Amino acid sequence: MEKSEYIIQIEHLSKSFETNRKRVIEGIVHSAVNVLDDVNINIRKGEFITILGPSGCGKTTLLRLLAGFLTPTSGRILLEGKDITAMPPYQRPMNTVFQRYALFPHLDVYDNIAFGLKLNKIPEAEIDKKVRRVLKLVSMTDYEDRDVNSLSGGQQQRVAIARAIVNQPKVLLLDEPLAALDLKMRKDMQIELKEMHQKLGITFIYVTHDQEEALTLSDTIVVVNEGKIQQIGRPKDIYDEPCNSFVADFIGESNILNGTMIEDHKVSFAGHEFECVDEGFGNDTPVDVVVRPEDIYITRKLEVAQFTGTVKSCTFKGVHYEMFVETDSGHELMIQDYNAFEIGSTIGMLIKPADIQVMSKERLCNTFEGRVTGDDTIEFAGGEFKVDSQSLQSQVGETVKVQIAFDKVELLDNKEDGVLRGQVKFILYKGDHYHLEVVTKDDYKIYVDTNDIWDKGDIVGISIAPSDITVVRDE
Amino acid sequence: MNKRSTWALPYFIFLLVFVALPLILIGVYAFQDDFGNFTFSQFMKFAQEEETINTFTYSIEIALINTVLCLLLGYPAAYILSNRKLNRSSVTVMLFILPMWINMLIRTLATVALFDFVSAPLDEGALIFGMVYNFLPFMIYPIYNVMQKMDHSYLEAAEDLGANPLQVFRKVVIPLSMPGVTSGIMMVFMPTISTFAISELLTLNKVKLFGTTIQENINNGMWNYGACLALIMLIIIGCTMLYSDEGSAEEGEKGGLI
Repeated sequence: MEKSEYIIQIEHLSKSFETNRKRVIEGIVHSAVNVLDDVNINIRKGEFITILGPSGCGKTTLLRLLAGFLTPTSGRILLEGKDITAMPPYQRPMNTVFQRYALFPHLDVYDNIAFGLKLNKIPEAEIDKKVRRVLKLVSMTDYEDRDVNSLSGGQQQRVAIARAIVNQPKVLLLDEPLAALDLKMRKDMQIELKEMHQKLGITFIYVTHDQEEALTLSDTIVVVNEGKIQQIGRPKDIYDEPCNSFVADFIGESNILNGTMIEDHKVSFAGHEFECVDEGFGNDTPVDVVVRPEDIYITRKLEVAQFTGTVKSCTFKGVHYEMFVETDSGHELMIQDYNAFEIGSTIGMLIKPADIQVMSKERLCNTFEGRVTGDDTIEFAGGEFKVDSQSLQSQVGETVKVQIAFDKVELLDNKEDGVLRGQVKFILYKGDHYHLEVVTKDDYKIYVDTNDIWDKGDIVGISIAPSDITVVRDE
Repeated sequence: MNKRSTWALPYFIFLLVFVALPLILIGVYAFQDDFGNFTFSQFMKFAQEEETINTFTYSIEIALINTVLCLLLGYPAAYILSNRKLNRSSVTVMLFILPMWINMLIRTLATVALFDFVSAPLDEGALIFGMVYNFLPFMIYPIYNVMQKMDHSYLEAAEDLGANPLQVFRKVVIPLSMPGVTSGIMMVFMPTISTFAISELLTLNKVKLFGTTIQENINNGMWNYGACLALIMLIIIGCTMLYSDEGSAEEGEKGGLI
């Protein structure tokens, strides 16, 4: 079978937690928790694959499903073509490096590492040989008699890795193994992990929220958000060609702007038209445009520039300067350049066609299923909204489709004031405004364009003016 | 004297009057004869009185049996109570801990009534039943406490490394719960040696424990001999405590009763 080139295949894996205890966050009740939603990944033998996502995106759940600590709600996991979905953890030929190491406090370093080998009834002499070999591999020789609690974080980390790899697993699962280390230590361990991976030839499945770590270490990155895979690809592909605004924002620094695809190879954003390499979006289509801060070239010769702007701030970042520039169209762009430009000076900017990444928009406005509840009221997204009675020519009880433009949703400081209450879940800066994802108590997502500054996690009141609700009759 | 130590003064006085002073008195009385002269005769008397020595060893025996039974019953109970898969309600935990709040005499009298009701004989069996019933919560609670605080990732790590559920229990759960076990043994073993109310009520004084012997001596005005016996018991308790301190000092922050 051609499938055999993959060591692990994850097929339509979903996991939802039943919560009889409802999670209440600041008065908002979340009852249904869908942690993973139809995840499909194929992992090649010997690959270093990183599952990358913000905290709470489901990446740890995915790893726990792989290790066998959780059983999926649906879908299956294949190991070398064999279904292991129902196999208990102790029978799986995989080992885990836990986030907080989970070294047994009642055993010393040697016995911690030998734990798995002793269970397998391997002769004492062989255990000794193996333990010493991995201790050398993680540069922890001479530490075998030490109490694990007397070790530093980095040393505990090494013992945890040694304990996992000594069993020669087919797959090594690593759950944010470097998260508890300080920056310098983390960098060193990254290099060592990479070397270990090459030396051992074991498949590494690595979970992290640190995008830089993911870019440094991985052969393949799987970007996950809200339980769904956003993009799978090589680090460079993911960085250069993010497939949506979430990935663009999450991986590296980026300028994400609203734009319009005028025709193939021609896109307009920030008040100007640019040449680009993207095609197939159709004519006059609204799109998201991503430009990396290092891909905007600054020149003092304004006549050769594609567009101009004023430098608002300039910060030295070690290798480069990071500048915020307000363009003539009023958009704010982040630019990285080796040269500093004076604050207040007017500069010209250039972007190469290949450096403009065009992404189709996931949605153009908020759309909800609604139910007419009165002469001028419609219930949707878990709340009852007033609409213009003229536009509403439907009978009570009828189902209608409701559309609201992003910038017509009003967010209120006082959460009691709005028709609905919601929590700000995701914020994207679009150069001249913020694009927010607000999740209501019934898990409806409302997208909002605003100039006001909100923080992630803010609880807001949501209200919509009657005239801004467009009712579309269901045919 | 600064303010803070002024606050400690009432406690200091309390400790002095109700703990230190009685202990000193026991020590002084134990080395005196009836006329207040210094002597070792009380200890010689104990060494020669076969009946008292027998009671003493019998008490330790009963205390050991009681402790072992409490451990055998209490450990699985604590395990089940602390296991989130087996027990989700804190009410069940409450039900096990609740007897600790009721006066021991009332519980014992209730046991006597129960034995009467089913017309079971009030003998050694009744004594052991009563003791286990009385002391079981003191065994369950410290073990439950340690197990509940036990980091779940240790169990997962063991399972991940190839340990089946039984091996996880043997190689991780038992060793990690030892501080609770030590604490539980202390809580059960030491008070049982000196108990007398349970044996008096539950065996109608047929079975005599060391606590009873001390109480009888003091009741009959033999203060010095009673103090001597109390001192011997205190030394035994002190020894077990020293041993347990050694065992739990390093694991101190994880174990303990509360």
